[in-house]
Amino acid sequence: MKLRRSMLFLPGANAAMLSTAFVYKADSIMFDLEDAVSLREKDAARLLVYHALQNPAYADIETVVRINPLNTPFGLLDLEAAVRAGVDIVRLPKTDTPDDVRELETQVERIERECGREVGSTKLMAAIESASGVINALAIATASKRMVGIALAGFDYVMDMQTERGDGTELFYARCAVLHAARMAGIDAFDVVYSDVNNEEGFLKEVDLIRRLGFNGKSLINPRQIELLHNAYAPTEEDVDYAQRVIAAAEKAEREGLGVIALNGKMIDAPIVNHARRVLQKAEASGVRQ
Amino acid sequence: MNAILNQTLLAEPALKGLEVFQNFAQHTPYLKDAQQKLTRKIVPSLEEAVRRAGLKDGMTISFHHAFREGDKTINNVVQLLADMGFRNLTLASSSLLSCNAPLIEHIRNGVVTRIYTSGMRGKLAEAISNGLMENPVHIHSHGGRVHLIQSGELKIDVAFLGVSACDEFGNANGVSGKSRCGSLGYAKVDAQFADKVILLTEEFVSFPNTPASISQDQVDYIVKVEQVGDPSKISVGAARVTSNPRELMIARYAADVIEHSGYFKNGFSLQTGSGASSTAATRFLEHRMRKADIKAAFALGGITGGIVDLHRKGLIEKLIDTQSFDADAADSLRESPNHIEVSTNEYANPSSKGTYCDRVDVVILSALEIDLDFNVNVITGSDGVMRGASGGHSDVAAAANLSIVVAPLIRSRIPTVVKHVTTVVTPGECVGVLVTDHGIAVNPNRPDVAERLKAAGLPVMTIQELYARSVSISGEPAPIEFLDRIVGVIRYRDGSVIDVVRQVKP
Repeated sequence: MKLRRSMLFLPGANAAMLSTAFVYKADSIMFDLEDAVSLREKDAARLLVYHALQNPAYADIETVVRINPLNTPFGLLDLEAAVRAGVDIVRLPKTDTPDDVRELETQVERIERECGREVGSTKLMAAIESASGVINALAIATASKRMVGIALAGFDYVMDMQTERGDGTELFYARCAVLHAARMAGIDAFDVVYSDVNNEEGFLKEVDLIRRLGFNGKSLINPRQIELLHNAYAPTEEDVDYAQRVIAAAEKAEREGLGVIALNGKMIDAPIVNHARRVLQKAEASGVRQ
Repeated sequence: MNAILNQTLLAEPALKGLEVFQNFAQHTPYLKDAQQKLTRKIVPSLEEAVRRAGLKDGMTISFHHAFREGDKTINNVVQLLADMGFRNLTLASSSLLSCNAPLIEHIRNGVVTRIYTSGMRGKLAEAISNGLMENPVHIHSHGGRVHLIQSGELKIDVAFLGVSACDEFGNANGVSGKSRCGSLGYAKVDAQFADKVILLTEEFVSFPNTPASISQDQVDYIVKVEQVGDPSKISVGAARVTSNPRELMIARYAADVIEHSGYFKNGFSLQTGSGASSTAATRFLEHRMRKADIKAAFALGGITGGIVDLHRKGLIEKLIDTQSFDADAADSLRESPNHIEVSTNEYANPSSKGTYCDRVDVVILSALEIDLDFNVNVITGSDGVMRGASGGHSDVAAAANLSIVVAPLIRSRIPTVVKHVTTVVTPGECVGVLVTDHGIAVNPNRPDVAERLKAAGLPVMTIQELYARSVSISGEPAPIEFLDRIVGVIRYRDGSVIDVVRQVKP
């Protein structure tokens, strides 16, 4: 299972950022061709991202490209460039219905065949940015086998809901809906960006909330947020101790051919073992919480 | 009576030449005037002070740069000397910065014909790199400056020392008055060694102004001026506080390196040089120190707000301060009995009888370029133009147990790790570890450190690998083209010449 806590947004037209962003060790890097790129830079950004994706520096990092919607003049060109350059995941913005995903999948498959890429190797993600997207979240999350995650995008969503960003109350339903859809579909769920980059305290408060809700991670707009996020998601030393004991007990039960795992006289079932594995994976990735 | 005594002295060969007592104030006439006794050093104008100090064409004048980019003394004094018609002066400022661009005019007009400085920046540096001066500029380290003064090569005739406040006898420090720069570590040396010392003060405070960084017995004249410096501009440029994610990331790696260097023990000592990543490393040290229950015995420098914070939290016992990099440091110097001001002689002069830098375990230093032999350039930029300062770089690198150089692998499109540095300031043999945003390289002469860092899981690579990586991203830059003419001489801390800087081809 791929760890996806941090998804770092990079404006596709910013060559300087593209040339260094891989050093920050985000779990995934998302090259943005959509909102962070002005109209007159759409072509330049696409070309830059096309080359960046093929640079060996990005070979070990999961890459995501946020394309423009397919109903714009740029969407399909973006998709052609991203899939041909070998992107891991295409992120579709403003996804309102499962048909948006299916249309994307059709195009991706065509391009994969045309360029000789293994069919099915391009994964998909959908960003939910409207009331209809939230209501359709489950259908969207299950619209394609290529789907690996759905993300809530707060800015457009609150506009659609005729409200504004505040303490999180305004996102409460959307967060829960997206999260439930993701869990039912067995894919990852990402929370909104936190745009006040100098407010560490506010950021950490929001991270704490979404972590407790169950989100896999969050879209990030500044590399400074990566370490903070990873640390907040890191297990405590006690968590790690317990997880190690669970895994040890599970392995012992397996060796001894026992169907039932017991730790300190308590029975342990498969979900607890899986959770313990995730804890150790996070500890492996960024240590214990500081 | 005096006539008889005089005869007696003349008659006795062993006492010949001795002076006969006249009256109690023969040599201290001011003692006869209660007012003069107190205010005899106070001169109504700087012009008058210059005259009384006996400054002549061809002499050497000196300054300190504790106000960094906020300095108001150097430019104003040299302007006045130009107006007074002086020519052919040697300017010996502990350093020069971007704010000193007005000096260009005075160099062009022959007022200043020789310069000794730790570094220079901005338009002045650009003009000198392009051949403004007849004589090459001597670039020295902070410790090396004191060595040059003591060796007699750099003989200061008149020191012009700007201070925020002093009393009417000239007891001065950088922690009283309005424009407080903090430590007067540079100025203390000039006050000690200059033939004549003129204090420029913003205000007078009541006697005795203690602690006296510059003592009354070192001061010849005092002039009150409008402003000597703007302390709010100390922490701009090289001494800035960063929020740049890449600089912060390098700083965090540097803290990791310290933690696993083998020197991270109770009672260790550290220094962070100027440069954003270097000063930022302190903010990542706190939890590492708490976690391991480690306290530092002292921090040397170049004291920043970050270091002061650790001191206030009890994690660094003493601060040894030769230059205060921000208002926090200046305040702490005033308030904390364990924040101690030292001269650059005590800080880093290799011919001093004892320097603090010899006692430093770990130092973090910056670099404009570093090469495959770990030689470091902190003077010339990628265009061959001087834009930095030697500072304490070579001093502490030589003396500390472990020198860690921090730099981004690539600045904009220009690689920092290069085959050969444009200018050598610090020899590679003194550099232990290079920390970049792409990985960490350890000097092969420190296999012990390499082993510990690898064991800790840090991304250790060879410097050749880092070089290859930078070339793969930025390509190999075209070599800088220089003319033959030498515009700068890099003096190593012991006075020897380690490199020269040539004029850039226009």
